[in-house]
Amino acid sequence: MAGFVTAGPRLVRRRTEATPAKRTQTPTATRTLISSAQLNRRRGRITYGVILTLVIVVFTLVFIGPLYFLFADGLKSTQEAIATPPTLYPHHVYPSSYSTAWNRLDVAKLLWNTIYYGFGALAFQLVFDVTAAYSLSKLRPALGNVILFLMLATLMIPATVLVVPQYVTVVDLPIVHVNLVGSPAAIWLPSVANAFNIFLLKRFFDSIPTDYIDAAQIDGASRLTILRRIVLPISRPILGVVSIFGLVAVWKDFLWPLLVEYGYTPTRETLNVGIWQASVGTPQNLIIAASAMAAVPTIVFFLIFQRNIMAGLTAGGIRG
Amino acid sequence: MADVVTLREAKAGPGATRQAAAGRFGHRVRRNLSAYAFLIGAVLCFTFFSWYPIVREVVMSFQKAVYGGGYTWAGFRNYTRIIHDPMFWQAWRNTLEFTLLALVIGYAVPFCVAILLNELRHARGYLRILVYLPVMLPPASALLLFSYFYNPQYGLFDDVLRILHLPTSQWVLQPGTGFISTAMVSVVVASTWMNMGAATLIYLAALQNIPGELYEAAELDGAGLFSRIRHVTIPQTRLILILLLMLQVVATMQMFVESFVLTNGGGGVGNNTQSVVMLIYQYAFAYSGASNYNSASALGVILMVVLAVFSGGFLWATRERG
Repeated sequence: MAGFVTAGPRLVRRRTEATPAKRTQTPTATRTLISSAQLNRRRGRITYGVILTLVIVVFTLVFIGPLYFLFADGLKSTQEAIATPPTLYPHHVYPSSYSTAWNRLDVAKLLWNTIYYGFGALAFQLVFDVTAAYSLSKLRPALGNVILFLMLATLMIPATVLVVPQYVTVVDLPIVHVNLVGSPAAIWLPSVANAFNIFLLKRFFDSIPTDYIDAAQIDGASRLTILRRIVLPISRPILGVVSIFGLVAVWKDFLWPLLVEYGYTPTRETLNVGIWQASVGTPQNLIIAASAMAAVPTIVFFLIFQRNIMAGLTAGGIRG
Repeated sequence: MADVVTLREAKAGPGATRQAAAGRFGHRVRRNLSAYAFLIGAVLCFTFFSWYPIVREVVMSFQKAVYGGGYTWAGFRNYTRIIHDPMFWQAWRNTLEFTLLALVIGYAVPFCVAILLNELRHARGYLRILVYLPVMLPPASALLLFSYFYNPQYGLFDDVLRILHLPTSQWVLQPGTGFISTAMVSVVVASTWMNMGAATLIYLAALQNIPGELYEAAELDGAGLFSRIRHVTIPQTRLILILLLMLQVVATMQMFVESFVLTNGGGGVGNNTQSVVMLIYQYAFAYSGASNYNSASALGVILMVVLAVFSGGFLWATRERG
């Protein structure tokens, strides 16, 4: 208890020493497992310093280390990339590995395909899932709850289990008898059947007060206008979450694009499938260079949107 | 004139209510029609790509292809055939091995990391980004990098072992199907590196929601560090721990891409990293002779039932009592 009291002034001094940027990172009032008082004792401070340094070093090694080799080994020659003992950094820098890999694997094409599939899927998801969630939340048609239940029930079915019947369906779409394999629609349309999107969007729309919508209706606004002018502007945060996860899902998907785009029309592969397919029979340094190039867009994307991604992961995600 | 008016009025009386009723009915129909117009796109996509395939999977698992096209009923023959395939049991054994190892490594590590990160007062943003970075990589990039590290001839991991004068390993290509096989541990390590960020951040958010007074009270009662974790941290995050445990088991039982990329689609030496979903893929698309959507569907139905029974049982066993 005494320690608790004497820690007061020290705590204040520590806070004033901290730069404003640091202060925002460390919310002052929250008490965690170990009290600030304990940390501010001499022994506590030494232990804390040692652990902090250790954590930073170990985490950097574990998580950045592999990425360092991902980018550095693409700059090595084939001989150096597979040399034992390994070189810690490229002794002879071959930027040409990157350009060779770029040309040989047609990374530009793969990248374009992935972006095309990703944004296309996102557009379809935003149009169809947003309107559906709006309808289920605010227009409330007859049997709407049954439809919602059936949609949410699909969350219980693991996705990979359905791969075979889904593929058979896409090869010969019932009623219309169209073969979607090899066309971007084979990725775009199934991505709309995402119950998690419906769940997130509907839950958000439910929280919008009906008064706004009633008022607009009295003013003569149509349902589409209400969606566009009132609901969507309020829903920007959740739309951001849905968009980011929609894009990332297409970017990271492997089995589905492998089935519906690979084999039939090789130029339509995604980045993820394309570099895997090329990995047999291509020199190791080129594969590493290609993998590094495939990783750049997502890393940049993550660094730009990291706040939204992390907020979406925790707030929009599991905790509902 | 007066007669006519009264006549009209008399006629208008019930007609007006009928008209109003028709109007209300028409209004409701129009309301529903426009509501369904908003719904139709998603409903069609769900029908074609989710609801119909679920039904079709079950139907297909009881059918067999007829020479020349079409299907006929086959009873349980697809099921009995795959059960007699030695690969079936091998794949299930491997999948359970992966799931258990992923629980030991991949479930405990993120929670411990989250507790650690939550105690640090500095560099939190940096460490959080680090942990989540691999989650954003395309899986093929991350896994091809690991298969480069795991390579027995020139891989980094064996190089390090050689420098330390330790016996080298074949990693994912290590033969042997013991319950904790080197090959499977290698797959789990790569998988954990790739995926642990998401769980860590979710735990971190849960830890930040624990009221500080609880720790204070526990400390005043003389609880040490570990008993504080045991009696405050874990009970307070119980819900998230249970939920993520279930989600992780369901996800790891569907393991595919890790083993597929690391072993080049082969399933390892003697199929010691072959998983159930890989076997579904091979039944459906890769086996030349026995290639067969119906066997694949039967295996899919079995996996679906196993996961449903697991999730249901798990939720029942961990339900809030009282």
